[in-house]
Amino acid sequence: MTLQMEAAQPKQQLQLLKVLGPAHIWALGVGIVLVGEFMGWNYAVGKGGAIGALIACWVIGLLYTCVAMIDSEITSTVAAAGGQYTQAKHMIGPLMAFNVGLYLVLAYTMLEAGDVQVAGQLIQIGAGNLGYNIPWQPFTVLALVLLALMNYRGVLATLTVNLVITAAAFTSIIILVIGTQPWNPGAVLLHKELLTGLPYGWIGVLASLHFGIWYYLGIEGTCQAAEEVRSPGRALPMGTMLGIITLLIAAALTWYVCCGLLPWEYLGWDNELAPLYDAAHVTGSPVLTVVLFVGTLFSAIASANGCINDAARAWFSMGRDRYLPIWFGAVHPGYRTPFRSIVFLMPVAAVFALFIPLAQVITFSILSGLLNYTFMPINMMKFRRMWPLGSIQRGFEHPFHPFPSIVLFVLCSITFFAVYLGYGRQLLAMMAFYITASCWFAFYRYRYVKRGDQFTMPWPRPSGY
Amino acid sequence: MLDAIVWAAWIVSAAVFAWILWDFVKTNLKYGEDTLISSREGVDDLFGDSSAAGGNKP
Repeated sequence: MTLQMEAAQPKQQLQLLKVLGPAHIWALGVGIVLVGEFMGWNYAVGKGGAIGALIACWVIGLLYTCVAMIDSEITSTVAAAGGQYTQAKHMIGPLMAFNVGLYLVLAYTMLEAGDVQVAGQLIQIGAGNLGYNIPWQPFTVLALVLLALMNYRGVLATLTVNLVITAAAFTSIIILVIGTQPWNPGAVLLHKELLTGLPYGWIGVLASLHFGIWYYLGIEGTCQAAEEVRSPGRALPMGTMLGIITLLIAAALTWYVCCGLLPWEYLGWDNELAPLYDAAHVTGSPVLTVVLFVGTLFSAIASANGCINDAARAWFSMGRDRYLPIWFGAVHPGYRTPFRSIVFLMPVAAVFALFIPLAQVITFSILSGLLNYTFMPINMMKFRRMWPLGSIQRGFEHPFHPFPSIVLFVLCSITFFAVYLGYGRQLLAMMAFYITASCWFAFYRYRYVKRGDQFTMPWPRPSGY
Repeated sequence: MLDAIVWAAWIVSAAVFAWILWDFVKTNLKYGEDTLISSREGVDDLFGDSSAAGGNKP
């Protein structure tokens, strides 16, 4: 029956819809990341003290600025879904591309699981503050299913919603800052009394780099929308660079207000879930408390929403190139979304959200992200060598090449050491997982890849080939 | 009251998931596989439609 219907239909090519603008790209990148200002970054305080967390904020901010600059140049040229996976395919080769694709899918799916878990727990905490005791699981599942539905039905509505709730979450940080009267030091903010130097010395600062990643983790996700923007050469660099600027401001404000209200011992405590919310609570203002509760909830939902979008695009792209079964490379004829990938990844995220502790889920996401960033400087070097400036039209050319790539590589290496200090076993276990997956791809899956079919960009041949 | 909210969350989740599955199955049955997986990478405004240009196939 399917065959008969297929024969009756005119042959058509389904593409993802090109409907997004720079604001959606900003909403995707900042939406995924902003939850890191509301929770997680404060564990850097536990490692290195308040000043250590500020140094981590700057150093990791520099790392992500390099990421954003490199991504803006390459993605505005390689305007295809899959982001860094597609870049690796063009610049380095299939095995690297497969690994980068896996980093992306796991980083976003794990982050999504953590986000919906947090969203459910926030509703439980909110109900608890009103004197009611409810389980968090139904609300975690509800958030996941509703966001999956939105993603299934179209990217424009998905990222428009993200734009609204991300802007609201960012505004809540601004409201908190204004509410603490930063123009009147000592009235509410007590930096003079609370800043106590480096409690664990410089090794503590080094260890804090691991959690400094939370300030910015996910801004590279803007690349996944490359195939769905109306003007990749303009929208992607603008959305990504505005996104990293927003996050640098948000990270600095978050550190400033939290470290001026809460002692570092409390901020860095393992059970401290939501520092901005607690900072609002400490001010004694019910309005600020409610605003920051809503901001925290919105940030978790926006992050999960963007992660569903990005994980599905990376999985879809790998399927389309037959790095995974091509079945996953399908586009919904009505909604023009990678619907099979969205549906397939939904139960995976649900299992991790419901049964795996938050710290484990997020650590896996961070490590996968870090592996991805380590690949990017190599990718950038090859991109400039294979297609030098002038040989191919770029939407954006990042300045000072190769310094951002070198800085990024050095900072990633240092951060790997910082991760090893606290999570050495997980880091080694994850490396073993990726090596095993690479063997599966090289010795089994690669035979199904049609090598010529994966390169459809109308580019000139690379220099030296 | 709280029990009702918790149950409502489960029921809405199940209903939404059921709708997604229903549309998923319907779409897979209605369209041929060649149509569903016909997407190609990289329609880039910097270069025009790559499928029209034929692409670069090393």
